[in-house]
Amino acid sequence: MAEKPLIKLINICKEYANEEVVTKVLFDINLELQKGEFVAIMGPSGSGKSTLMHIMGFLEKPTSGEYYYKGKKISDLTEDELAGIRNQEVGFIFQAFNLLQRTSVYDNVRLPLVYSDKNIGDEAVEKAIKSVGLYHRKDNLSNQLSGGEKQRVAIARSLVNQPEIIFADEPTGNLDSKSGKQIMEILQSLNEEGKTIVLVTHEKYTAEHARRIIKIIDGKIVDDFKVKHQLLAKNENDLTK
Amino acid sequence: MDFKTSIRIAFSGLKSKKTRTFLTMLGIIIGVASVIIIISVGAGAQSLILNQVRGFGTDLIAIFPGASEEKGPPPSVFGTVNTSLKNEDIDALLDERNAPHVLAVTYYVQGTGTMAWRNNQLDGTFVATTASYVDVHERRVAIGRFFNEDEEKNMARVAVLGHNVKKELFEELDPLGQTIKIKKQQFKVIGIMPELGVQGFQNQDNLVLIPITTGQKLLLGIDHVSLARVKIDSNENVDRAIEDIGAILRDRHNLRAGEFDDFSIRAQTQSMEIFSSITNSLTYFLAAIAAISLLVGGIGIMNIMLINITERTREIGLCKAIGAKNKNILNQFLFETIALTLSGGILGVFVGVFFSWLVSFVARYMGFDWDFIISILAIGLSCSIAILVGLVFGIYPAYKASKLNPIEALQYE
Repeated sequence: MAEKPLIKLINICKEYANEEVVTKVLFDINLELQKGEFVAIMGPSGSGKSTLMHIMGFLEKPTSGEYYYKGKKISDLTEDELAGIRNQEVGFIFQAFNLLQRTSVYDNVRLPLVYSDKNIGDEAVEKAIKSVGLYHRKDNLSNQLSGGEKQRVAIARSLVNQPEIIFADEPTGNLDSKSGKQIMEILQSLNEEGKTIVLVTHEKYTAEHARRIIKIIDGKIVDDFKVKHQLLAKNENDLTK
Repeated sequence: MDFKTSIRIAFSGLKSKKTRTFLTMLGIIIGVASVIIIISVGAGAQSLILNQVRGFGTDLIAIFPGASEEKGPPPSVFGTVNTSLKNEDIDALLDERNAPHVLAVTYYVQGTGTMAWRNNQLDGTFVATTASYVDVHERRVAIGRFFNEDEEKNMARVAVLGHNVKKELFEELDPLGQTIKIKKQQFKVIGIMPELGVQGFQNQDNLVLIPITTGQKLLLGIDHVSLARVKIDSNENVDRAIEDIGAILRDRHNLRAGEFDDFSIRAQTQSMEIFSSITNSLTYFLAAIAAISLLVGGIGIMNIMLINITERTREIGLCKAIGAKNKNILNQFLFETIALTLSGGILGVFVGVFFSWLVSFVARYMGFDWDFIISILAIGLSCSIAILVGLVFGIYPAYKASKLNPIEALQYE
């Protein structure tokens, strides 16, 4: 028997309405994601790729359609229940890093544990910081770091709760190419270790670091394929060195 | 999220913007400090007044000419001259059969005039009283002697000088036996009073004491007294003694049943109660006004917290994205507001206590019998109000923060 998909979306639609106009962003999205996949959702600005990630990441509810996570229907859950799932099951990496200002690397990484019911000790914080190679800077304040380092802190923060799946929304968008490659290398090694990764990007080059690419245009999936020649950031970084 | 973490996050939020935090707290600091200072100064002023009254002795009963309400002030307070009390009326109170609790009586009239010795002169106050003055007030002359009953009855021209009067007129010279002029009449100095300071709202060191009849007939041309004091055997007998005195005076003034008294009798303890109630109402009234500043401080805090939330919208978005529930955000901002008002309250207590102490220190330095009193009730009350202000004015901004949509908050610029 085939394993249950980690994420299953059936006819997901999303629209935003105000008093004057209704804007449809997603149309009948049907999608399955297996545990351990590295998927890039690719599309131009305004295509709805971030909205799709927000729905998959429990940050937003779809207007219609059904969402199953590990076989459990989650479209009917309350705001607080969704917050619980976000805390336990997923990690987020944002384009703008979203670190707490004037707060140490350590405390930034520890933040998800503040809201967690899991009994995870502070050693998990150190482990997460070590995994992104920033242990020597754990006491530095976030505003003392470079862009690449900030994004690595954000990755460590997304890992601290030992999530099932990591959502990365344009994680290299604000970085130079060297830092961007370092980030991609970390994401690829996390995927090697078994983490499911969903990467949102508008760049073909970045998307080709994933194993599967889902193209989305005007709120509809127009292509969904396995990457034949996955770019390996580690090799690129070795070449740079 | 545990309580300790909430507190830690709240304080780190406040620490990150020290100047703003301090300025926001200032409203609460001033409010709490004002309440404490006003209540403390009120209590100090009350102690000063009560010490003044007590300085005369609590076993004394005062008799004023003219009728008055029992709880109200005697008519002489309003400057009314009433001639209903005569020397003989007060002397009659020494009748052991009719007033067994009366130990001693004294009475006075008071006037002002120029006092002079050789080229030195001053405008001062003379008090004409009886030889029993020293017994009733339990005072002794420092140098020389007080006038005796013979001198009192025979209109002797003798005077006992207050400490300051002696210094002004004679400086370091010995005044005993010297002749001074009071309202151009000659008086022989027979004694000097010790330094007594302010008692009964009058600086005793600025007075000149002369025999009652001399003052009445020679200097003022009157035959009534403006105030009498009666010393009784014990505090417990105050009510009984007041009744006896009233009965004797009514009898002497031929007042029939139903006619009002033409005199007023006040026990010192009664005066203390009246003064206490006046100063208490004043203090609480002023403290209530000061508490309004706490309210204003609270509105300032709400304003700053709203600005704070706008500035930290992305942070709130992030916290929600990584799993903070609405109640976590609500608690975090509520804790922050309470931490702000509570810290302001504690600082306010220190500021208030310091300034209260400073007031008492200055008052004592200036010679007032001022007690440094800090009311635990005032501290508790103002801190509780500060926390309450934090709760009331923090709840709206915190609620607003908790209801932010995580996506909109994350994308806020």
